[in-house]
Amino acid sequence: MSGQAPQAHDPHAPGPHDPDARGHFGPYGGRFMPEALIGALDELSAEYDKARLDPEFTGEFTRLLREYAGRPSLLTEAPRFAEHAGGARVFLKREDLNHTGSHKINNVLGQALLTKRMGKRRVIAETGAGQHGVATATACALMGLDCVVYMGEVDTERQALNVARMKLLGAEVIPVKSGSRTLKDAINEALRDWVTNVDTTHYLLGTAAGGHPFPVMVRNFHKVIGAEARAQYLEQTGRLPDVVTACVGGGSNAIGIFHGFIDDADVRLVGIEPGGKGIESGEHGATLGEGSPGMLHGALSYLLQDEDGQTTEAYSISAGLDYPGVGPEHAWLKDTARAEYRSATDDEAMHAFRLLSRTEGIIPAIESAHALAGALKLGQELGPEGHILVNLSGRGDKDMDTAAKYFGFYEES
Amino acid sequence: MGRLDPVFARTREEGRGALIGYLPAGFPTVDGSVELLRGMVEAGCDLVEVGVPYSDPVMDGPTIQAAADRALRSGFRLRDLFTVVEAVSSAGGQAVVMTYWNPVHRYGVDAFARDLAAAGGLGLITPDLIPDEADDWLTASEAHDLDRIFLVAPSSSEERIALTTAASSGFVYATAVMGVTGARDAVGGLAPGLVERTRAHTTLPIGVGLGVRSGEQAAEVVSFADAVIVGSAFVARAEAGVESVRELTAELAAGVRKAPSPIG
Repeated sequence: MSGQAPQAHDPHAPGPHDPDARGHFGPYGGRFMPEALIGALDELSAEYDKARLDPEFTGEFTRLLREYAGRPSLLTEAPRFAEHAGGARVFLKREDLNHTGSHKINNVLGQALLTKRMGKRRVIAETGAGQHGVATATACALMGLDCVVYMGEVDTERQALNVARMKLLGAEVIPVKSGSRTLKDAINEALRDWVTNVDTTHYLLGTAAGGHPFPVMVRNFHKVIGAEARAQYLEQTGRLPDVVTACVGGGSNAIGIFHGFIDDADVRLVGIEPGGKGIESGEHGATLGEGSPGMLHGALSYLLQDEDGQTTEAYSISAGLDYPGVGPEHAWLKDTARAEYRSATDDEAMHAFRLLSRTEGIIPAIESAHALAGALKLGQELGPEGHILVNLSGRGDKDMDTAAKYFGFYEES
Repeated sequence: MGRLDPVFARTREEGRGALIGYLPAGFPTVDGSVELLRGMVEAGCDLVEVGVPYSDPVMDGPTIQAAADRALRSGFRLRDLFTVVEAVSSAGGQAVVMTYWNPVHRYGVDAFARDLAAAGGLGLITPDLIPDEADDWLTASEAHDLDRIFLVAPSSSEERIALTTAASSGFVYATAVMGVTGARDAVGGLAPGLVERTRAHTTLPIGVGLGVRSGEQAAEVVSFADAVIVGSAFVARAEAGVESVRELTAELAAGVRKAPSPIG
């Protein structure tokens, strides 16, 4: 392995992996948004461009990550799990241990600080599994901001516990009854709110997608994952992993960890998309694997769509991965072959979900279990000499009802 | 020379504002939408906007969302759009298409422009395409002689209004309120100011849309704008059939003749 010196660069500083001035990663990204929102995106871009260079802002962000979110998160080796992964060594980046239970808190704290800098008092957000909604409600409680979370009606049912958490934190949760009643439609509804209330409201988008500057800004707030993981991997093993793997719905946890290693040419970056009931069944959310270029929610990226350009419905057992779009930088990483994208089915993810619980005493989010399922296969391919870093993006408490139904626990009692 | 220039030349000559009516193609069915749009033309719409039903209409309120959804569920395909435009044009109507950008991108921008022009369509209104991202549409619209109707909003800066009007032809679409489509009791108070700001940058006609549903509101809009654009109110009337749509058209057409157009 080469280039093993710890990277010390500032995750907020502009660099060679930034998009162009109008938000393009290669041909992807940009702003396919109504003119009514361009002013707000310009304002956000200008504020973010100042804030990312302002030591007061980046210092406060770093302080909150440390003293509020509990960073750095641990890097944990998973040897008993690894016995099922061809004997390769498997390490978990423990984003599940962050306050609120997932990586989402990183981005939320950054954007909530920006909201205050812009003098806005109201925050809206979308959520699928509820992790981003809970993190947003948390940051709004911390900073005294009004919070409204849009959540597909299907997801309010399968993630009822997170709905209760958001309400307890003082957020208003609005069930979205249009379209597929999942994450995609929650974003549509949040955008409709934003265009109506843009003067007073910041849309705190939860993934590295949407119109510029969201993809680059959200990525930069999550770069801390990869920066920490790289330093920890070197410290604990004296080398870098062969493969870094993460689940990809919108792609924020993946882009955050990938960026720690993006200049390490020998480190493979592998995103795992939701294979649902199997790619051949047509019921999946494998946007990069099976989709084609198109616009959704403000950016050109890969998209699950029919031949008329209508967005088709994604499916996954995981509410957080159930999304027919994906962040534009992933589209560019795919086209340039810097990253590769595979999928894991519901069954493969649930197998890995139970396996990690029983071998390591760690219950992962079902989202993250897709990355674990990917790691089981990658380990078989790499063999005993292999080193795999998995982004364990969240914890599985929220998924107990889904898991109990899947494994038939309710029937046993 | 824009394709829509004769439409506005005529309304200016008549000393009145233009009435522009919107309805999605394929709503409630492909044939049904042709009948409704022809009714709108016959009863006094100077121009019709044929909407493309789309799965993720983030600029639309519940009325148009439901109509788009119904059109898609009853089997609307993009090729049906050209059938509808052709049917309106051949009946003597003037038609532009209003569409979110992904269906055009997917179809191929040049192919879409070619087929729209062949069907007699005069231009495109693009609610989620800004000129900054529209290079291929600028090229295709020139090649196929179609008008480009971009939108300005109350939140648009002077710089953005200048950029948007410079890229537009036919007319400029001013969104009267900050918000999604849907009939409202009052025309947004932001509209006159937006129209005034826009006039400082262009001699193109300016149409105002979002929220209009009555003849009185139409009269109010054309007292400061060149055209009034009505959408959700037509969609709501479509449920009751073509006669109801004609009645609304007649009321609005009378409305645009009440007040003298400021540049008439």
